[in-house]
Amino acid sequence: MVLCHPIFTVPNSTQLIYRKSSWWKRNQQRLTPWIFLFPGLLLFLVYVIWPIFNSLYISLLQWDGLSPAIYVGFSNYIELLDDEYFYISLANNLKWLIFFMLAVPIGLGLAIFLNQTIFGIRLIKSLFFFPFVISQVVIGIIFAWFYNPRGVIGPFLESIGLSNYAILADENFATYGIIFAGIYPQIAYCMILYLTGLNNLNTDQIEAGRMDGAKGLSLFKNIILPQLKPATFLAIVVTVIGSLRSFDMVAIMTQGGPWGSTNVLAYYMFETALSEYGYRMGYGSAIAAVLFTIMMFYILFFIYRMYQSEKKGL
Amino acid sequence: MRKILATLIAIASLGYSSAFAGTLVINTDLTDPAPKAAFEWAFTKFQEENPDVTIEVNNFDHEGYKQAIRNFLTTNPPDVFNWYAGNRMLPFVRAGLVEDVSDIWSDTGWVDGNLTDGMSHAKKPMTIGGKQWGIPYTYYQWGVYYRKDIFTANGISAPTTWDEFLAACATLKAAGVTPITIGSKYLWTTAGVFDYLNLRTNGYEFHMALTKGEIPYTDPRVHAVFDKWDELVKPGYFLENHAALAWQEAIAPMVNGEAAMYVMGNFSVALFKEGGLRDSNLGFFQFPEITPGIPMAEEAPTDTMHIASGAKNKIDAKRFLIFLSRADVQEEMNKTLGQLPVNSGSKVNPDPFLEAGLDMLNNAYAMAQFYDRDAPAEMASEGMKGFQEYMVNPDRRNKILERLEKVRQRVYK
Repeated sequence: MVLCHPIFTVPNSTQLIYRKSSWWKRNQQRLTPWIFLFPGLLLFLVYVIWPIFNSLYISLLQWDGLSPAIYVGFSNYIELLDDEYFYISLANNLKWLIFFMLAVPIGLGLAIFLNQTIFGIRLIKSLFFFPFVISQVVIGIIFAWFYNPRGVIGPFLESIGLSNYAILADENFATYGIIFAGIYPQIAYCMILYLTGLNNLNTDQIEAGRMDGAKGLSLFKNIILPQLKPATFLAIVVTVIGSLRSFDMVAIMTQGGPWGSTNVLAYYMFETALSEYGYRMGYGSAIAAVLFTIMMFYILFFIYRMYQSEKKGL
Repeated sequence: MRKILATLIAIASLGYSSAFAGTLVINTDLTDPAPKAAFEWAFTKFQEENPDVTIEVNNFDHEGYKQAIRNFLTTNPPDVFNWYAGNRMLPFVRAGLVEDVSDIWSDTGWVDGNLTDGMSHAKKPMTIGGKQWGIPYTYYQWGVYYRKDIFTANGISAPTTWDEFLAACATLKAAGVTPITIGSKYLWTTAGVFDYLNLRTNGYEFHMALTKGEIPYTDPRVHAVFDKWDELVKPGYFLENHAALAWQEAIAPMVNGEAAMYVMGNFSVALFKEGGLRDSNLGFFQFPEITPGIPMAEEAPTDTMHIASGAKNKIDAKRFLIFLSRADVQEEMNKTLGQLPVNSGSKVNPDPFLEAGLDMLNNAYAMAQFYDRDAPAEMASEGMKGFQEYMVNPDRRNKILERLEKVRQRVYK
């Protein structure tokens, strides 16, 4: 049944003119956002949601990507529990998580340092941001050359009298060498986040603080840092995600070596499923599922925090 | 409108199908200059001899090809593609992606002259389940490359037995020269050393059985190989920090005289020469005998070409493989490649290394394909990681062999 409502009412003897209003017109306000979201939602469904479930399914199979797959239930996961490379990868991921967080305070320090208005500061800021723009692969290769015992650091150590040290050949410390290379672009990213935050500081609060006698460190701690909370939050989120996804550096610099000691979950997954010597799609998918679970904890926490802050109207 | 569309489609499909009649699609990963040139010659010559065929080449980057091949064999198979012999082609053969070409090998009227005669010594690595799956066109020798001048300066001659080899290493080490250079960052160089130690200590049949998964890694005979390896690793005869060096980076010490020997394949000669070594100071000797009386088998990794089972133009593909197997074609291609032709009717370039290699391989008892081609992929990658770890930490040998045994039981079940 069509609802009619009067659109014009002309007083006196003129007839009321009714326009039939369609279902679309009535619900336009409610539907339009969904229509705009629809293409994006569709792509997200097809390229993100469905592959997640597909991967979880593949982790229950024994499959080499070429021949027919065999259903093996949870045996891939049981095998994972007994796999020493899995525990090495988990430990390395933890190291990445902890040491990558150093990018946040270093980025903050750089941002404060660059937050001046001398001539040419814009150019200098761009140069400091440059590491983030360069491809991670390039950074990995250059650092690998630095670390090479015949590269830069080795001969330098020898020239000042210390013995040559190839960090990427040391099973105990190679991971730190890679993390150092990975942190280099991450610092630039955190720096830009903080620079933006510093540009948007509320000068009234700073004035008020100054008048109350706050100076230097206490000004920083009590007035500036709280105002940078959104930037800090974002920096931490991006840094955590970056550390869990640390595939590029490991793949370029050591391929998980020496003998698998710098392996991280992302690279181990690639090695078992997709690399030259890996034909185990099921096992790789199981590792991917574990990585996904770890990330889910973190993402859910992040969404919860965001939701809370939206509710509080921050 | 619809009629026009239908006609257009019909015309297009006509052109489409006739274009395919004489087109040969070949996927290769030969982006290095020498293989690229050799194949360009081969493609031109084949098209000259067979004017009704047009060759369409898809060239992939060398490392990317190893991933891409899994994709294109299932989704968009070419007619011909190149790959390697032995266990390396096993996953694709098992998945039914490779065409059986035993008919070419057994000569059922395709060629004049029997292929099996000229290439019988290379038949084994091409055979799975009693059938042949491709054509080998080149291989190269492995052995020990050494600095002739450093040896002469220290009064050493090329060793033929294990004791002579150890003595040479000791003399070099005392003179301040690293006896053996190696770059183990990409792992496979360690497998070259292991393979030769195993082939010389226990013999070809044992090595094949081990890589086939029939022998546990904790077997005393495997320990015997590591005992011999200890005699090289523990006195520090290998280059320091080799786990951080790619094999190319380990050439520099030998070129500038810091090291004297390299267990390598013949492809390294080009790099040695680029670094400045010449025939006068670069030499080659066969890996020395360890257990007296064991027949000397060699490593000779073989490059091959195959037909995809999903190929559209199998007839021309087979013609190409037959062309590739001819003695004159292999001779010419290998002149550019600088490697050895597989067909025993082919001659080689006059080059001391090639001649030494040809002589050695023609008289070899048998030919191994290299650890990462003889052993299945997962075993190979774990094995090589274990060899690398052992070479830096020889006291972890027991733990490493136990781990490899665990892997073997899982991989070969």
